[in-house]
Amino acid sequence: MTDSATAVADPAAADPAPQAQGPVSALEGRNWGDLAFRGVLTTGALAVPVLMGFLVWELWVGSRLAVDQFGFDFVTASVWDPVAGQFGAVPLIFGTLVSSFLALCIAVPLSLGVAIFLTEFAPTRIRQPIAFVVELLAAIPSVVYGLWGIFVLIPFLRATIFPFLRGLFGFLPFFQGPIYGPSMLSAAVILAIMVMPYIMSVSREVLLAVPPSQREAALALGATRWEAVISAVVPYARSGIIGAVILGLGRALGETMAVTMVIGNRHEIAASLFAPGYTMAAVIANEFTEAATDIHFSALTLVALVLFVVTVLVNAGARILIWRVARGRPEGGRGL
Amino acid sequence: MRSSRPLRNGLVLSLVAAGSLGAQGLTGAGATFPYPLYSKWFDAYNKKTGVPINYQSIGSGGGIRQFAAGTVDFGASDGPMSDEQMAAVKGNVVHLPTVLGAVVLTYNLPGLGAARFRLDAPTIADIFLGKITRWDHPRLAALNPGLKLPKTDLIVVHRSDGSGTTYVFVDYLSKVSPEWKSKVGASTSVSWPIGLGGKGNEGVTQQVKQLEGSMGYVELVYAISNKLPVALVSNSAGQFVEPSLEAVTAAAAGTRLEKGTDFRVSLTNASGAKAYPITSYTWLLVKVDTPDPARAEILRDFLSWMITPEAQQMAATLGYAPLPAEVAGLIRDRIKTLRSGGRPIG
Repeated sequence: MTDSATAVADPAAADPAPQAQGPVSALEGRNWGDLAFRGVLTTGALAVPVLMGFLVWELWVGSRLAVDQFGFDFVTASVWDPVAGQFGAVPLIFGTLVSSFLALCIAVPLSLGVAIFLTEFAPTRIRQPIAFVVELLAAIPSVVYGLWGIFVLIPFLRATIFPFLRGLFGFLPFFQGPIYGPSMLSAAVILAIMVMPYIMSVSREVLLAVPPSQREAALALGATRWEAVISAVVPYARSGIIGAVILGLGRALGETMAVTMVIGNRHEIAASLFAPGYTMAAVIANEFTEAATDIHFSALTLVALVLFVVTVLVNAGARILIWRVARGRPEGGRGL
Repeated sequence: MRSSRPLRNGLVLSLVAAGSLGAQGLTGAGATFPYPLYSKWFDAYNKKTGVPINYQSIGSGGGIRQFAAGTVDFGASDGPMSDEQMAAVKGNVVHLPTVLGAVVLTYNLPGLGAARFRLDAPTIADIFLGKITRWDHPRLAALNPGLKLPKTDLIVVHRSDGSGTTYVFVDYLSKVSPEWKSKVGASTSVSWPIGLGGKGNEGVTQQVKQLEGSMGYVELVYAISNKLPVALVSNSAGQFVEPSLEAVTAAAAGTRLEKGTDFRVSLTNASGAKAYPITSYTWLLVKVDTPDPARAEILRDFLSWMITPEAQQMAATLGYAPLPAEVAGLIRDRIKTLRSGGRPIG
């Protein structure tokens, strides 16, 4: 097995001795071990798109009733009335996008800061423990985050941060109106805490992979450590960092439980971040089990389909951004 | 569907190591509200007879759907099946009340002391319609003479998740307020004119606890076990009634059931001087005709046990209101009419 594995990995380096035919036979698939290994891997790789296909198919079939009844209006209307059988998803789409975007606004600078600190500035002794603690955040179940949000975070935000923001930025429509506690902003803060470990952890790995020569070159040219990080290290790791942000975004878009518990669940588009909102994932979690009528059930399935499409679109957009960034500005981006 | 049964029963069997009857366990799914009671009942019944009953508390809507799909032996729901849903199972369903639940209004009004807040039906409707938005509203003052009500906003908190609790509450509002009926209506989740949504009883409670001047609705069981302040509500006889298990049972006793009823009755706004008005049955859904005779027999035996004083007393200790004796009698009669393959059971 080991022999043939190396042979496949590097056929050109096959030894000239008796088994000269080894690599050839492995390539032609006459080695059963290899064949089985390859079959298992292929099955695994194919299973992902097949699963995805089943998922979309199921959502597609389940949402036919709602699609027939509402058509495109579903993504332009904003009434959600299970009694009258009227369903429109605009406030849900709005809530999902806004809460995730806000969460990234909070989480990205924080987690990048931590990642840079841990790779560039922190004393070696504390690097591992801090990274470990941040990564531990990812292991906490989201319902625990939700409970913590209700009992600890919301009372704290309502008593301190929110009035402070309203006092400071009260002239903006985003920070006006009554402060209840459960709100779009509370959801964004919870989400930020939840996606931080992902962004931090991946960014840190990426920054660690930047060759020391990058830093040394910048320092040798007389840059301060700060300048070296900003001009040499971060640009080198740029596409990896964006990848980390996308990972965080995906998590934020799909997060259900914690958001449901702190967002206030109001089917409405409000300018103020202190006002309650709603997300697609939250409405499914809230109403799916008790959706008694067929059209309600179908509308919720359609919400799931829309969420899927939105997630795919946002991810595709972000990927295009990476390609642009990686290709657009050559200095640093390509490495040495 | 059939293929999964032996597997599931096998699992249950190996877990409880039951006797010969164990191979014929029952599965059910549905309402979450009576789940604490059902799990206690099923456990007690298993110890008593060796029959394992596996219950998934997936919500009333899911219970009705699984029952209609035939994947469970019985469903459970906090709201009765609609006529369309009954038609979908070709009428092969009986609603059997198990216990009673009630919905209470809880509030956060510091400075009220031991005094109890009072509400009547039109006022509750107008609060939840967003027409009464302040505690010093003249109508609240008129209902509560002698109470010093604060000059602050009244914030409404409701359930955000679909639930039987919501169904009972809005069913009540639809009965007492024509405006509510035309504008909002009744369902397990509705389009609320106003207010914040909390997930579950605990979500509503937490928001009410944290927000001074807020009011929300929760299940009686939950309010009792968490010692929440609850409002007295005036009933159809004009009496202000404290929500209690007796007042809930009184509501069921005050709603006359005809012989041969299908039990799909709403108890909200029931008559009777002692009846608490926001009250409802919770039901088990069983087939009129269960094809498998052995299964039908086990089911019948359990149902008959469930309405015995012994089982109903268990309900009371958990905070569920027991059925009035007359209703239990009617259910006993109805159980006798259940059939298997067109023939009487057993």
